[in-house]
Amino acid sequence: MPDLLLELFSEEIPARMQAKAAEDLRKLVTDKLVAEGLVYDGAKSFATPRRLALTVHGLPARQPDLKDERKGPKVGAPEAAVQGFLKATGLKSLDEAKIQKDPKKGDFYVALIEKEGRPAIDVIAEIIPVIIRTFPWPKAMRWGERSAKPGALQWVRPLHSIVATFGMETEETDVVTFDVAGIQAGQVTRGHRFMAPAEFSVRRFEDYEAKLFAAKVVLDAQRRKDIILADAKELAFAQGFELVEDLGLLDEVAGLVEWPVVLMGSFDESYLAIPAEVIRATIRNNQKCFVVQDAKTGKLANRFILVANIEASDGGKAIVAGNERVIRARLSDAKFFYETDLKTKLEDRLPKFEGIVFHEKLGSQAERIARIERLAAEIAPLVGADVEKTRRAAKLAKADLLTEVVGEFPEVQGLMGKYYALAQGEDLSVARAIEDHYKPQGPNDRVPSDPVAIAVALADKIDILTGFWSIDEKPTGSKDPFALRRAALGVVRLVADNAIRLPLLATFAKAAKPHDSNDLLAFFADRLKVQLREQGARHDLVDAVFALEGQDDLLMIVRRVEALAKFLDTDDGKNLLAGAKRASNILAIEEKKDKRAFDGAPDAALFVADEEKQLARAIIDVKREAGEAVAKEDFARAMAAMAKLRPAVDAFFDKVKVNDDDPKVRENRLKLLNEIRAATRAVADFSKIQD
Amino acid sequence: MPPHMRPERSFQGLILTLQRYWADHGCVILQPYDMEVGAGTFHPATTLRALGPKRWNAAYVQPSRRPKDGRYGENPNRLQHYYQFQVILKPSPPDIQDLYLKSLAAIGVDSALHDIRFVEDDWESPTLGAWGLGWECWCDGMEVSQFTYFQQVAGVECAPVAGELTYGLERLAMYVQGVENVYDLNFNGRDGAEKVTYGDVFLQAEQEYSRHNFEHADTAMLFEQFRMAEGACRKYLDAGWEGGKKERHLMALPAYDQCIKASHVFNLLDARGVISVTERQSYILRVRELAKACGEAWIHTEAGGV
Repeated sequence: MPDLLLELFSEEIPARMQAKAAEDLRKLVTDKLVAEGLVYDGAKSFATPRRLALTVHGLPARQPDLKDERKGPKVGAPEAAVQGFLKATGLKSLDEAKIQKDPKKGDFYVALIEKEGRPAIDVIAEIIPVIIRTFPWPKAMRWGERSAKPGALQWVRPLHSIVATFGMETEETDVVTFDVAGIQAGQVTRGHRFMAPAEFSVRRFEDYEAKLFAAKVVLDAQRRKDIILADAKELAFAQGFELVEDLGLLDEVAGLVEWPVVLMGSFDESYLAIPAEVIRATIRNNQKCFVVQDAKTGKLANRFILVANIEASDGGKAIVAGNERVIRARLSDAKFFYETDLKTKLEDRLPKFEGIVFHEKLGSQAERIARIERLAAEIAPLVGADVEKTRRAAKLAKADLLTEVVGEFPEVQGLMGKYYALAQGEDLSVARAIEDHYKPQGPNDRVPSDPVAIAVALADKIDILTGFWSIDEKPTGSKDPFALRRAALGVVRLVADNAIRLPLLATFAKAAKPHDSNDLLAFFADRLKVQLREQGARHDLVDAVFALEGQDDLLMIVRRVEALAKFLDTDDGKNLLAGAKRASNILAIEEKKDKRAFDGAPDAALFVADEEKQLARAIIDVKREAGEAVAKEDFARAMAAMAKLRPAVDAFFDKVKVNDDDPKVRENRLKLLNEIRAATRAVADFSKIQD
Repeated sequence: MPPHMRPERSFQGLILTLQRYWADHGCVILQPYDMEVGAGTFHPATTLRALGPKRWNAAYVQPSRRPKDGRYGENPNRLQHYYQFQVILKPSPPDIQDLYLKSLAAIGVDSALHDIRFVEDDWESPTLGAWGLGWECWCDGMEVSQFTYFQQVAGVECAPVAGELTYGLERLAMYVQGVENVYDLNFNGRDGAEKVTYGDVFLQAEQEYSRHNFEHADTAMLFEQFRMAEGACRKYLDAGWEGGKKERHLMALPAYDQCIKASHVFNLLDARGVISVTERQSYILRVRELAKACGEAWIHTEAGGV
């Protein structure tokens, strides 16, 4: 079975786009091959800074022949219909069509279309130019002479050559003949830009990959990553250090080199006085180098690891020296920024916030900070935080946004605030709260546990949520520019992980502006559902709990859901659920029929059957017991109490006919059913639970 | 070559070598534009000549002013006035990357010894209404040039596309001379008493202009100048349409001068900190509108392709 090799050789492709481009190429080509009846055994794609490559193996040499029957008009149909049929099927005359008998509807013509499969190489030659012309780069460009005319080819950077070969494993391959914007597909490519720039010819994937390797190009990004990681670890280890691993950076540097050469450099120890995170951000963001640490203490060392793209003639001395110079200048800047920042107290920066717009409809940053401070102070007692410390932390929490270091490296916001707070002698929990008030940022981020940090973190998030709800700018679909979903999820996690009782509606009311609190609460319910679902809980249970009036205490909701889930795992739970649902369903039908509700206590005098009496008694007991348990927030006990309802409910439905002929008895029985529903509502609305 | 002409010994030698190299490759070697600009791109030889169908290859040094980057002569890397070496090749030749790498070799950067990389850097100039795709060119981790394929300039699609190379001359010189402080650069390549450093030439200027840019620049005058430049630009643009019909323009260049002027005045006001965040956006927009109108006028001139 023949294989296809494709290489698109260009100027340097941005590192961040390579992996997706390789995957897109594979998918676009193989989907189209399959659509053309060319089913393959396997395919793999690759990207380096200068090339996208694809190998598809086990393709057929030809498309399968196609046989198709197409139904035509009735025998004797008008001429126009016959002509249309002939045109659509490509038949010369009706003599070439078959007549199908149909005694009911009348005989009709059938065309037998036989399409002979074409050689795969011809089909491929048609497919690939279209894919190249419509390739989904995030940003593409025009270049050169041809860009003077409309319709010029667009590629991520200028495209220089194309390799496209097709053929059997054991034979010479053929070049797939096509042309895109003046680039003729062939079998010639080039190696490393500096170490092996000469052209060479390839036949199929195996010799392509091997010849590239000989020409100092490691085709597979994963292999480049493996090399970088192994060499970096070894180099660090040899000097008694440990690599600080950084997968994002590893991906990026693997996309910047075709031939990774790992080298180590150093910087003056005096720079270690700068906070480690700032050193790391400087070296990582600006220089795309890794940092190393002392294996025992975990402290940053004055070394860095760089990944060059060349085996230099001096073994890399000049490269290391050059990188050291740049890193020295960068760290010198960072140190200057850090020391400059330390000269100004955080509170002295605050007046500047008056001139900085947070959002045109929500006022200045200064106003936002004041709101957070007020709200945090309200929340503080609820989470056991010291009110004064909370106020202080909230006041200073954003001040580091105006520092030089955060201006340069936004990702160290909060953290720098902590350093500067400690340097000016703030209380430790105030400093920690400044760092932690942004947290948790994502599902893997740490959730603050210090009460002061919790209070400020909650206030920060609730302010932004109530703020945007007050101006009716809520997230829609994939649009959530202010990360409001993340903020709400952050509140959920803060409350749940720290077992905090926070009545949301009351808290919303304390936040500054009027807004639709119930809508915002529903937004929280959705976030909670997402959160609980990720932990394996059923979202319908969350609905069942939220359906009760006034449920705005996230922690209690979580507890109720947990108890409910456990209960529903038992036989008692399942049966009671069935009974309660049956009661609900019957009630719903009868309420609709009578256009009335069946509220109020049933009349004991009207009970006829024993099962009715027993159920009524059981309901009274369960209501009392479950009510007590709920009051004590002991939902497991409330559930256990409810389990006692089950035999009486089962017996009632077994023996008693609800729709009795006597309307009074019927009404009384419906009232009894309503009591079942009411009793179970102590914990959740059972009708919202899915079977 | 004598030391005063050698790129690794003198700042002037570096400039002369680049000029010679690009002259050898068919460029017109121009002189700096005689107005204050923020970057070599503002020179009409780039901004305007990038537009229209005509072939255009040019190279020149452009003194560039970034008032906000002044550091009173105290920072070894930052200057409010520095030199860019600018190359514009329209249409972008297929071997433009190789031409660039050979130019580095010409000034003594050996690609067998150094790690030269093309790292994604998409370029956009909000004030010029221009964008392009390209790279920062790194040498051993240091950005030494910017490389851009212009896609749009002054709101007009580039057809054909021009390739733009911008060398940061001081940085490159520091690298090839092996000095850590820009003011220590050997300017003339001489030794002893005859040696003139970059600091000898520019340190006092950096100190004086930093004071001016941050503390004393006359903001009332500058606001007025901005207004006047904007008005003049519009006036010349209107007056330039031959016979009042939008077919042929006769004053695109003088109008564009006023656009450059407005842009620099805005940079000075920005450095003085008298433009708020929201106003800033509207000033940028005003300059962009001028740039776009100039681009529109230019493509109706002879050099613009009419």
